[in-house]
Amino acid sequence: MANARRWWGRHGHLVVFLLPALLIYGAFMAYPLVSSLSYSLYEWDGFIRRGFAGLDNFVTVLTRWPFNERFWGALRHNALFFALTFVIQTTLGLYLAVLLARRWRGSAFFQATYFLPHTLSLVVVGFLWRMMLNPTWGAVAQGLRRVGLEEWVQPWLGQSGTALVTIILVNAWAWLGFPILVFLAAIQAIPKEFDEAALVDGANGWQRFRFVSFPLLLPSLAMVSILTFIWDFNAFELVFVMQGASGAPSYATDLLATFFYRTSFGDPTTGGEPGQTGLGAAIGVLMLVIIGIVSAFGVRFTQRSQTEY
Amino acid sequence: MNRTIRLLATTLALSLLTAALAQTTLEFWSWRTEDVEAYEKFIAAFEADNTDIQVNFTPYLNTEYNTIVATALQGGGGPDIVHLRAYGGIEALAEAGLILRLDDKVPALADFAPGILLGATNRADGGVYGVPFALQTVQVLYNVDMFEELGLSEPTTWDEFLAVGDALKESGVYALANGALEPWTLETLFGGVGPAFYGGDEYLEAVTGGEADFTDPRFAAALEHMVALQPYLAENYMGVGYTDMQSLFAFEQAGMLIGGSYELGTLAQLNPELTVGSFAVPGEAPGDAAISYYVDGSYGINATSPNQEAALRFIAFLATQEYGQMFTDELQQISAVPGVQPSSEALADMVALMDEAGTPYLMLTAFRYGQPSGSTLLQNEMQAVMGGDQSVADAVANIQRGVSEWYDFE
Repeated sequence: MANARRWWGRHGHLVVFLLPALLIYGAFMAYPLVSSLSYSLYEWDGFIRRGFAGLDNFVTVLTRWPFNERFWGALRHNALFFALTFVIQTTLGLYLAVLLARRWRGSAFFQATYFLPHTLSLVVVGFLWRMMLNPTWGAVAQGLRRVGLEEWVQPWLGQSGTALVTIILVNAWAWLGFPILVFLAAIQAIPKEFDEAALVDGANGWQRFRFVSFPLLLPSLAMVSILTFIWDFNAFELVFVMQGASGAPSYATDLLATFFYRTSFGDPTTGGEPGQTGLGAAIGVLMLVIIGIVSAFGVRFTQRSQTEY
Repeated sequence: MNRTIRLLATTLALSLLTAALAQTTLEFWSWRTEDVEAYEKFIAAFEADNTDIQVNFTPYLNTEYNTIVATALQGGGGPDIVHLRAYGGIEALAEAGLILRLDDKVPALADFAPGILLGATNRADGGVYGVPFALQTVQVLYNVDMFEELGLSEPTTWDEFLAVGDALKESGVYALANGALEPWTLETLFGGVGPAFYGGDEYLEAVTGGEADFTDPRFAAALEHMVALQPYLAENYMGVGYTDMQSLFAFEQAGMLIGGSYELGTLAQLNPELTVGSFAVPGEAPGDAAISYYVDGSYGINATSPNQEAALRFIAFLATQEYGQMFTDELQQISAVPGVQPSSEALADMVALMDEAGTPYLMLTAFRYGQPSGSTLLQNEMQAVMGGDQSVADAVANIQRGVSEWYDFE
């Protein structure tokens, strides 16, 4: 009794402060998550729940055509989405961050400019780029025609070979400001002494980056990579705005989230197609599992490589 | 004197009160956010003759409407009058008993053409659950002035059609404004080109009657003719979206557009100077031409509505010729009510085309009842064909395989 009172006296305020957030989180995050988990175990007739179906919905999504083809296709597209974004942010992003970290006249302007697209809503970004990439009167096509590169003009978003990569590049354009910001902060947090010591030892610029700064940046790199992974495997808005939920052209831009949306609610562009709640929920659960497992590994890795100065 | 006034005032107040009490309010939900003003007018016309009923029109976002209505009806709530989708869209609600069967309650429905009532029928019990409101047709829309300038006339055979296309291209415009960026626009293209080559009603009956399926050479021939139009489409047509198609045609950069009757309103808004004519895509021989038509949706009644008597009176009004005329004049759409003659010449032409060579829109009317729907398959498989990623034979095989997942061809 006395113990409990002492515990409450010491930690009670923590409980009081944590409880409201826990309630809100529980009601709006945990509950829908658990209930959608249960949706995936039932048979559905449109939005009407029928009998218990066990794992049938998962078996259908993973093995029955055309669901399996769409699922594995979408998974591959998400993987490419992440891989390409990862490559761009760890090369171009890191390079720009290193340049900005040198603090020269005008670097603040470039820093703000690189970050600016990140502040725009993805819906706006998608809409703008869709207009710019229009092969008939878009700015990109007009520009290419102006400089005599007419044969370079292509229906970038309408060809299965170019559509997904185009969307990934647009996403990178919008997203890159974030990794640059994180890398920049991490570089600036590295004590100057390390760099100076290496300089005295006769290391050149590349060696100082490769053997001094880069290892110390690894935790930030890992953290950004995990966030990018989660973000890219949940990617939806940009594709939805630019290509709709059908994964056009002919499923070349289909991601797990658009596949989920289309299956659950029916494709709004075909109109009137019945949605399949159970299959949709099963796709949602599979996404959660994939993202959860990979992120858990990622977080463990980051914790192990934590640096303190 | 004083007493008389007081008495009069009391009677007046009482009668007002009873009138207010006797007044029934009907809730009417819809997805037609763009038609609010028109519906306010229709409702005012109804209320003028039915002073005891008041109708509240509430439109919801088009893309969210289905979910909102399904959820509300299942929860035992929802509106009294429901704007219903057609075909596969109405069936789930009818099958679940959420909306009222109307063919025994609305006598005017007997006068509607059977092909039109299909759009509001639950195939399981054959009952009609809504009063159809609008029809759409899919055909070639053409720029009348451009045709006159080049001395072109409406073609009656496929070869003539291609010759018209060549002449337009030679004059420096695109022959067809159609593109392929959005998959659904390819189903529209199919709706225009297809029926003349798969053979309209005959094939539709065969494929729904179990005598044919999609591997039938007639179906492949229809798809092949879509592919044959590739040289006549806009440059970079794989990147040409729906709004681009409309603009290309409206701003006279293309002479023709294979599209729906619903384009007329938008085209007139984009370019009021444009004169639009229409003809059916011609077949190999004169007289083979055909166009697809479909029902847009219908008006139905919530099965649990406490105001059924008033709701039925309103629904009966929506099935009258008076309403049909008002609807077509106000919204420039083809009314589903029999005998209504559109005042717009372009629309009247389309009604004439439909009466002459109309066949129900194949995938929508017969194969949108399961996933993957015939529409989804046709759209995406044909997008791959148009983009050069697969052959028509592959597309046919995939469409057949996909529909077979939920449809029994017997």
